[in-house]
Amino acid sequence: MIDTHGSGAPAAHDDHHHPRLQHHFDSLEQQKESSTLGMWLFLVTEIMFFGGLFTVYVIYRYAYPKVFAASSHHLDVLWGGINTAVLICSSLTMALSIYAAQINKRKLIVVFLIATILLGATFLGIKTVEYMDKIKHHLVPGFGLHFAPDDPHLQGANGQHAQLFFSLYFIMTGLHALHMIIGIGVLSVLAVLAWKGRYDSSYYNPLECTGLYWHFVDIVWIFLFPLLYLLGAHAR
Amino acid sequence: MAHHHDPKRTLLIYFAVFGALLIGTLLTVLAAKVDLGMMNDVVALGIAATKAMLVILFFMHVRDSTRMVALTAMGGFLWLAILIGITLLNYVTLETVLQVPGK
Repeated sequence: MIDTHGSGAPAAHDDHHHPRLQHHFDSLEQQKESSTLGMWLFLVTEIMFFGGLFTVYVIYRYAYPKVFAASSHHLDVLWGGINTAVLICSSLTMALSIYAAQINKRKLIVVFLIATILLGATFLGIKTVEYMDKIKHHLVPGFGLHFAPDDPHLQGANGQHAQLFFSLYFIMTGLHALHMIIGIGVLSVLAVLAWKGRYDSSYYNPLECTGLYWHFVDIVWIFLFPLLYLLGAHAR
Repeated sequence: MAHHHDPKRTLLIYFAVFGALLIGTLLTVLAAKVDLGMMNDVVALGIAATKAMLVILFFMHVRDSTRMVALTAMGGFLWLAILIGITLLNYVTLETVLQVPGK
């Protein structure tokens, strides 16, 4: 047999000396496809992770529709709506930072990453205002906290079921917020590396994968907002 | 991926998706204020699923990705649908199937 691999097709190894190309990949494109697929596999586990909570929500919502609707009235649709818009803006700036890498505008990558970080921080700030309001109105269940809403719809026998709603609200939005905090941390590292000129059109896998993560967190909120805030808004 | 579209077209698509997502948010808030009975949930989830699809296809570049990536993404949501769908099926039909005595 003639050895067809030994000196290997050199044409396919044009970018062999690219500093970011790992030795176990044939090309930058193959490396990018692998990391994208790997990130999506991670996101599938995230879908199932949040999916379990969404399932719990669906079951208890089916069991206690009226108390869930009455509890939902205590969430602020305006803050929730503003936060939805803030997250959508942050998804746009995230996508634009990758676009900036594709057209080799290195400074623009940093600008859009910082914009994404600031929008993420704005979201968390508004979330904090909302949490403080819930604490003030005694709507936080568990942990020895005094769950005592002044709304008669959430008292007596309904109190237990209202606590279920607010438990789900805090667990789901809390986990979502934790994902945002992790995302902001990763974006901060990327902003520094981008500033040092690490990314351009030939290599931006970390931007792409972090973008996938950030957009996924946005999608989780796209479902959380109507399910938690808008439930029973027509009965207001 | 390898076949990058015309940069101007990419930008146009990003801003169009961005606008559609904001309009979708406004629509879902307005629709929630109208009493549609059971349809409130259907409309809310329909709008949310449409918004999610826009994010997945364009911001997450699945439209330009390999089939393997598209299949993986679809698989994730398919399994989620099985998880929620079959669990809910159980709860919805439990009483009629078991013919709970005294009910």
